Amino acid sequence: MSTQETTTGGPSRLQQWRDRWNGMSRFQQWAFLVPLVLLIYALPVLNPPILSTEPGYTFSIAMFEVARYALVAIGLNVVVGQAGLLDLGYIGFFAIGAYVAALFTSPDSELAKLPYLVVLPLAVLVTMVFGVLLGSPTLRLRGDYLAIVTLGFGEIVRLLADLSPLRGNAGFQGVGQPPGTRADGQDVFNTSDGTPWYWLTVTLIIVVLMLVGNLERSRVGRAWVAIREDEDAAEIMGVPTFRFKLWAFAIGAAIGGLSGALYAGQIGFVNNQRFDVVTSVLFLAAVVLGGSGNKVGVLLGATVIAYVPLRFQSLYEYRYLIFGLALIILMIFRPQGLLGARQRLLAYGREAYRRLIGRPEQVSSDSALAAEPVKGAGS
Amino acid sequence: MSDVTDTGAKPGGEVDDDAEVPAVGGIVAELRHMSAEERARHEAEVAEVVAPDREIEVGVGDTLLAMRDVTLRFGGLVALDSVSFEIKRGEILGLIGPNGAGKTTCFNVITGVYRPTAGQVLLEGHPLGRRKRYAITQLGIARTFQNIRLFNEMTALENVVVGADARHRTSVLGALVRGPRHHREERQAVERAMALLEFVGIADRAADKAKNLPYGYQRRLEIARALATEPKLLCLDEPAAGFNPAEKEGLMELIRTIRDDGYTVLLIEHDMRLVMGVTDRIVVLEFGKKIAAGLPAEIRENPAVIAAYLGVPDDGVA
Repeated sequence: MSTQETTTGGPSRLQQWRDRWNGMSRFQQWAFLVPLVLLIYALPVLNPPILSTEPGYTFSIAMFEVARYALVAIGLNVVVGQAGLLDLGYIGFFAIGAYVAALFTSPDSELAKLPYLVVLPLAVLVTMVFGVLLGSPTLRLRGDYLAIVTLGFGEIVRLLADLSPLRGNAGFQGVGQPPGTRADGQDVFNTSDGTPWYWLTVTLIIVVLMLVGNLERSRVGRAWVAIREDEDAAEIMGVPTFRFKLWAFAIGAAIGGLSGALYAGQIGFVNNQRFDVVTSVLFLAAVVLGGSGNKVGVLLGATVIAYVPLRFQSLYEYRYLIFGLALIILMIFRPQGLLGARQRLLAYGREAYRRLIGRPEQVSSDSALAAEPVKGAGS
Repeated sequence: MSDVTDTGAKPGGEVDDDAEVPAVGGIVAELRHMSAEERARHEAEVAEVVAPDREIEVGVGDTLLAMRDVTLRFGGLVALDSVSFEIKRGEILGLIGPNGAGKTTCFNVITGVYRPTAGQVLLEGHPLGRRKRYAITQLGIARTFQNIRLFNEMTALENVVVGADARHRTSVLGALVRGPRHHREERQAVERAMALLEFVGIADRAADKAKNLPYGYQRRLEIARALATEPKLLCLDEPAAGFNPAEKEGLMELIRTIRDDGYTVLLIEHDMRLVMGVTDRIVVLEFGKKIAAGLPAEIRENPAVIAAYLGVPDDGVA
């Protein structure tokens, strides 16, 4: 339906791009991706005037903010976009990651000190455990009930931070950083320069994207989507739904914790003021805005949510108003988000589709076979 | 099978390389250009791939599934009242009865959606006990739904592969690192799923989202998805609901083919002609009780069944 020959509007343009992308060989795709990734790496150094957030906000730190939001969005997308579990307390996992980093590196903490690069995987592990702890009793609930319980979880984590071992408002100063010293004697990773942190985060994003992509294109991803579509039918078709929901939760939590630990390191300070429900909702807004279930989409959504208020400082105070309006408008005109979810879960299925319909798979369109090739679109 | 690891090792080759035709190609070959003879051979090939490939402990004609005095109560309501019957391996058993007789409830007990209040369900002589629903499916009981319940946003092919996943053992870690088992199972699943789609006659729409398929295709897709789990017992819940006579004819043909391919079928159906035409034996339920069981011809003459369907004359009621 979206490929009628007369219309050249947004959706069909997007569709054309998708088809063109799917039609490319893996090599051609890399030829596009590598320069793009290099450009993304170079952004804080290039500091292009159009994009720059200065003088109001250091550009490299703004870019790190974008990157950590992107990482959060990827993690939350596994839970919300793939498995369809509405998690309103995702900030709780982010906070746990940040506190793990602080507890094991800050001089304010009484625990043994560990190198930051050891703490990073530790934070991932600990948040994963918390994901399982929260998930195992609550994932028997569905929909609204699960949302309410996770909302409560986020608040509980924030309130627990008031307790004396977690130092409440006083917080932890001097959270650790990766090692390394520059020629001028300053640390490579410090709190005033976001660039090394940005590079580290972007690298981790790429690794996480690959791993999550592997899961999505496997029986695990299929199980998640099946659960999202019809949980009862999925279970009756032999999907151990509880186990896979728990995995989604744990993996999502781990990625959130990773982002939290990076955040704690960059800013160098953790207290209980930074993990409120509103931030949780912002995370969710990034996923929904960009396109729940679409990795590229949620990266886009995270970029918008994190970048726009920093670029246009005058709008900063009104950001909730603007995002709220944007979401309402989006839900009316494009409920699937900027880039809707696309199903391409079968690695070997592509061959099957291609043999079957004699051209590259177009599963993302509404009806691949109903759409006759129009003149000029044959290539 | 030997080329499986090859493809896994060089993912770049899968896009352009037409020479490396996987087994899938053989199944989804161009039907249009085939002679009748080629076509028959091709259909035999498809049936071969579709046929169940698992050990069943009981022989053909022996009891595959047994309901033993199954009672199910919802509060004061007795949905099933001490129902007993057996399904023999290799047969098509019809389960009929007026609306509200407990047919679908019976299905729900067999597939583990409800647990019986009393009595047992035995598969190959072993009680299902308190197994989870997915475990029962993995054990070998698959079903379709009276109200179609497909995974709407997935393509037809993916729907079937989800069913095939019930027999897969790739772990989350294995999927994360794309281990050899992942590649092997993925390839087998797609191959089998394509064969199943062709078997039920909807392979031409494999790449369409389930929600965009015509109604008749959706019904057939449900059957393909259930068959993908390689069930020992296939339960069809009114598969012909909403079909016109020609479509019903086609479905009867399909159900017979499924049985001939080595499956055992339990069929709920309202359409008497279809039930009488396709089943080997029939069990009749009314108000949660079994009122009759036997060959189709016997059931047709059974006064209790006729009374249940048509009602009894007023003077027959006390």
